[in-house]
Order: sequence, then C-alpha cells, then structure tokens
Amino acid sequence: MDALDLARWQFGVTTVYHFLFVPLTIGLGIFVAGLQTAWHRTGKEHYLKLTKFFGKLFLINFAMGVVTGIVQEFQFGMNWSEYSTFVGDVFGAPLAMEALLAFFMESTFLGLWIFGWDRLPKRVHLACIWAAAIGSNLSAYFILAANAWMKHPVGYEVVDGKARMTDLWAVLTNSTALAQVPHVVGAAFIVAGGFVLAVCGYWMLRRNAPMWRSAARAALVMTAVAGAVVAGTGDMSGKLLYEQQPMKLAAAEGLQHDTAGAGFSVVPGIEIPNVLSFLATNDLNATVQGTEDLQQRFEQQFGPGDYRPDPTVVFWSFRVMIGFGMATVGLSVLGLWLTRRRREFPRWLSRALVAALPLPLLAMIAGWLLSEIGRQPWTVAGELLTAASVSPGVSLTEVAISLAVFTLLYGALAVAEAVLLTRHVRQGVTEPEPAPLAEQRREPSLMY
Amino acid sequence: MIDLWFVIIAFLWTGYFVLEGFDFGVGLLAPLLSRNDAEQRQSLQTIGPVWDGNEVWLITAVGAMFAAFPAWYSGVFSAFYLHVTLILVGLILRGVGLEWRGKVRNPAWCDMAVMVGSGLPAFLWGAVFADLLFGSAVAAVLGGAFTLAVCLLHGAVFLALRTTGAIRRRARAAALAVSAAVIPVAVLALSNLGTFPALAAMAALAAATALIWRRREGWAFTATAGAIVLATLAVFMELRVRPLPGLTLAEAASGAYTLTMLSWIGLIALPFVLVYQGWTYYVFRKRVRVAA
Repeated sequence: MDALDLARWQFGVTTVYHFLFVPLTIGLGIFVAGLQTAWHRTGKEHYLKLTKFFGKLFLINFAMGVVTGIVQEFQFGMNWSEYSTFVGDVFGAPLAMEALLAFFMESTFLGLWIFGWDRLPKRVHLACIWAAAIGSNLSAYFILAANAWMKHPVGYEVVDGKARMTDLWAVLTNSTALAQVPHVVGAAFIVAGGFVLAVCGYWMLRRNAPMWRSAARAALVMTAVAGAVVAGTGDMSGKLLYEQQPMKLAAAEGLQHDTAGAGFSVVPGIEIPNVLSFLATNDLNATVQGTEDLQQRFEQQFGPGDYRPDPTVVFWSFRVMIGFGMATVGLSVLGLWLTRRRREFPRWLSRALVAALPLPLLAMIAGWLLSEIGRQPWTVAGELLTAASVSPGVSLTEVAISLAVFTLLYGALAVAEAVLLTRHVRQGVTEPEPAPLAEQRREPSLMY
Repeated sequence: MIDLWFVIIAFLWTGYFVLEGFDFGVGLLAPLLSRNDAEQRQSLQTIGPVWDGNEVWLITAVGAMFAAFPAWYSGVFSAFYLHVTLILVGLILRGVGLEWRGKVRNPAWCDMAVMVGSGLPAFLWGAVFADLLFGSAVAAVLGGAFTLAVCLLHGAVFLALRTTGAIRRRARAAALAVSAAVIPVAVLALSNLGTFPALAAMAALAAATALIWRRREGWAFTATAGAIVLATLAVFMELRVRPLPGLTLAEAASGAYTLTMLSWIGLIALPFVLVYQGWTYYVFRKRVRVAA
C-alpha cells in the first residue's frame, strides 16, 4: 500500500458514495416537480400530499448529495495535484461552469421552495422546484462533460507538459459526453423510479389507496421511458468504445485477442456468436481488438508498462450493470402492462417492487466501476497515467487519515440516512393541516 | 486577463466569507442563545433558506481557482491537506445537521453537528489563509482566532437583525460580548498585514461594536460585512504577489483562451446569480418570530 493506492481508494469510496445520492436528487427532483405541477393543474389534494411526502424524502437525500459533493471538488487538489495541474485549463472550465450555472440555481431555488410554501405565489413557488430540479440536471451535464474528457480528450493541445484548451465547444460537445449524459441521467431516473416504486409498493401492500397507485403508475412510466433512453445511449456508448476506448471494450468482454466476428459472452462459457462485433460496429464480421494485442500496440506507442485494466472488475461490473438495469426496467414495463386501464397492482408485483429497490443502485455503481476502472491505468486517456497524477507532497499518513475519516463519517451518515428515510416512508403522507387559525400556525411542513 | 481572474476569485471568496460568515456565526450561537426548541428553530430559520446558496460561493471560488489557476488550486489544497479534510468534515456535519434537524427525533444531535460544523471551518479558513501568507503556526492560530471571532460577531449581529423577541436581545448582548474579544484579536492578526484595508477592517469592527451598542442593527451588519470585505481584500492583495511560496500567478494561470471563455461565461452568469440570490433575501426579509 502506498499513497497512490489509498488515494485511489479514497476517490473510489467518496465518489461511489456521492453517486448513491446524486441520481436520486436528479430523478426525484423532477418527479416532485411533476407532482406539484399535477397538483397545480388539477387542484387534486392527493397530488399535494404526494408532493410534500416525496419532497421530504427528496430533501433528506438532497442534503447528503450536497455535502458529499463538496468533498469531490476539493479532492482533485488534495490527492491529485499533478492531475489537477495538468488538466485544470480544460477540466476546470466545466467545473466552474457547473458551479456558476447549475449549483447556484439548484441551491438558491431549493431554499426558496423549502421555505416559500406560504410566502410565494403558487405559480412562482412551482417555478422554484423546477428551477432547482433543472439545476441538478444541468450540473450532471457539466460534470459528465468533464468526466468524458478524461476518457476521450478533445479540444486541447499539450504545451509545456500541461493540457491547454483550444476549443471549449469541442469539450462540451464531446461525442463521449453526448452519449454519456443521457445514459447517466437516464439511469438516474431509473434509480429514482425504482425508489418511488419501492415506496409505493410498500404502501400499496399496507393499504389500498388510489393515491399510491397513481404515483406508482407515474414512476413506472418514468422508469420505462428512461430505460429506453439508457438502452439506446448504451448502444451508442458501446460503438464509441470500439473507436475511442478499445481496451475497455475488450476488457468488458474478456476478449484477449483481435477477433473477427467476435461473440458476446453473456457469462464465461456462454457466448452468442458475432453479437459483440455487431454491437460494436453494426457489422457481424468486424474485427474487435483484444486486450493482449492492444497491450502490445500500446507498448509500442507509449513505451513499456501494463495498459490493461483489472479484467475481473471490468468484466463483471459490465454484466451487473446490464443485468440489474434491465431487470429494473423489465419489471417496470411488466408493471405497466399488468396495471393497464385501471387494473390494480397485484400484491406480488408490489412485493417485487420493494425487493427490487437495490437493483438500479447496484447497476449504477457497476456502471461507474466499468467506466472508471476500465479507464485505468490512465486518468486522461493516452496523456496522463494515474500513477503520475497523485499529489507528490502528500504523505501516506495524511491520505490514510482522510480516508479513515471520510469512510467512518460516511458510514455513520449512511446509517442515519437509511433510518431517516425508512422512518419517513413509514410515516406516510401527512393529512393537510386545517386552515391556519393564527399567524403562527402558518409554518410550512418542510422547514426546520 | 490574469488580473481579471484573480479579482473574480477574490470577489468570490469575499462573497463566501461575508455570506457564510454569518451562517457560521448563527450555527455557533444558536444553541448558546436559545433556551428551547422553538427559539433554536427561530435562530436557524434566519439562515435556513440561504445557507446552501451561500455555500455555493465557496464551490464557485474553488472551481474558478481550478479553472483559472490550476497550479495554485492544487498547490494550496494539497499543502493544507489535513486542514481541508477537517473543513470538509465540518461542512458535511453542518449541512446534514441543518437539513435533517426538522426530520429527526432528537434534534440535539443536529444542533451539535451544526455547531461543530460551523466552528471548524470558521476557525480553519483563517488558519489556512494566515499560514499561506506568513507560514508560521502562531500566525495560523491568530488568523483562525480572528475569522472565528469575526464570524461570531457577524452572526450575532445578523441574528439581532433578523429576529424578534428574546433571541434578538440575547444576540445583541452576545455581539457586545464577542466584540470585546474581536477587537484585540483583530489588532494582533491584522497588524501583521499593516496595509490600508487591514487597518480599515479594524476600524469597521470597532464601528460595528458602537453601532450594535446603539441598536443600529442594519448599520452594524453593514459594518461587520464591510470589515470582512476589507480583511479579505487585504489578504488577497498579499496573495496577488505570492499566491503560494515559490509560485507566481502567471506561472499558475491557465491559457488565454480558457480565461477568455470563462470571462464571457462569468460576465453573463454572475449578474443573474446576484439578482436571484438577492431576491431570496428580499423574499425572506421579514424578521423571524418564535413559533408558537
């Protein structure tokens, strides 16, 4: 173990953890905004109850997304100073834009929404939750554009050992980003949909209120549509991998040698012939490069070294991502069919929706492992190795301390968050308060 | 272009310290000034709608450092590794404490988290910047004590300005008590700098004390905010010459293309941010009363 290993663990732990909350924020924000819009349009009280109920869950989760996000922004400088100095000119721009264009909007309007229930005109208050939710989604775009640049750097040149941006538009419209943004945001909506469905499933098992059915139907539609987006952009990403990140594609498939008409291995031993070549190129007989042959080519290009990512993690995370993601989406499509035209939710379906809660989250984690461990040994593909990215002046002890501190704190907070969410789910919706008698009663339910 | 971006970054840090300064002060003082849960909620509600937006000033300042001066950004945060770790722990505790307070069974835990989470960054930011300028432990402790004391005063004045009843009275008393510590600490900390803004900051703190004594809460808040602006200005005047030992701004800066692009984005976006954040303060301008 040296400082590099610990710094990598720290980045992995804090980032995966951060991304448990972010997708919920992204998807649930829009869902809550949709509920409030439904209330605004129809005036039906159960939409208001649902808005407040899911709004509370959203806020419990939002807090975690925010505080774990701050760590991310500092971490590049703390643990990865060589990386930051190399990429800042390019990579910093979308980060600064994220703060300026997205985070300000998200946090300011969310504050207005939480405390503005009785102080803002209804229409303005509704606009606030939309502004906050759009801010969250916008931030996803900027951070994913920055992330995509690490895997497929564009719009830059290297001057004096540092990347210099030459074309901001190219960075923001990186083909990798354009495929990745809808893929990840879509996946976030699946996570949020899975969460809402589990909550609704729990309540439909307890009592048969039409309110939960309507929320569940909305979430089924959201999950199924997002599933189509994720599948489509996943296919696009696969084709981009073939061109831009052949090593990751080969590792994800466990393909060792260049193969014409390569088959798709479902699990080791079960292979569907020619499907990999087709998925990668739309051509059944195209040649897909293998890890060992790529390794030889990379050695010629970049000098001696091991350019292969961890084969086991990459191979299996790919399968977990697809399997669990498709299971969630499949369940929601099935649910839509079974509950069509006012049919009730069968009890087994409600149980399945509750049980499926972890699946989209696991798929999301697996997707990130595939994406980022598959990028190794580079931080910036072809330009900067991970081993050369770490802070030279930071000692093993320092990284060990911060890793321990964050892991313990995050562990404790995860327990607290789970307890809080569970308790508030169990409490269910609160009946709207009777008309306020005195000024003091007018305390919005979402405030402190 | 390099100077413009240095000024923008100084502006963002100034905004952060002015705005989060009172958030930190309120977080620290609320449990000390409140006698019951209703008063605690009243105190925290003064910052409730705005603290998260205020924190984005930090995110933006740091993001702008990353984009405009990558070597400065990475140099500072890797050099002050453990300080920053503790600041982050503080900000995490404070954030969840504030957001979860109304949703847990025992809010005392959250109040404690908010208090610790406000105190750590309030002290450590001062320590980091003083250490950056003077490179000595004594200066660091003094700098930390200064920012902590100023946050307390700023927060006490803010509470007095934004509440009614008992909390308002106690906040004024707290402001007067804190100012007894602020003035000598400020003299010690800022005399190290000795520049005009540093001296003016001391004067502004003295003025704030006089104004809160005379119950001119709005003007007292203007004075504490002014003191923070001036003190931050004094610090960044020094950093302009030497942002980090052995590093100049020109060496740390990104290329002209990146800085030009960022300038356009900043010039377009910042006015909107100022307008809608300003509007938030306008919406919540009424003094917060204790809930029945």
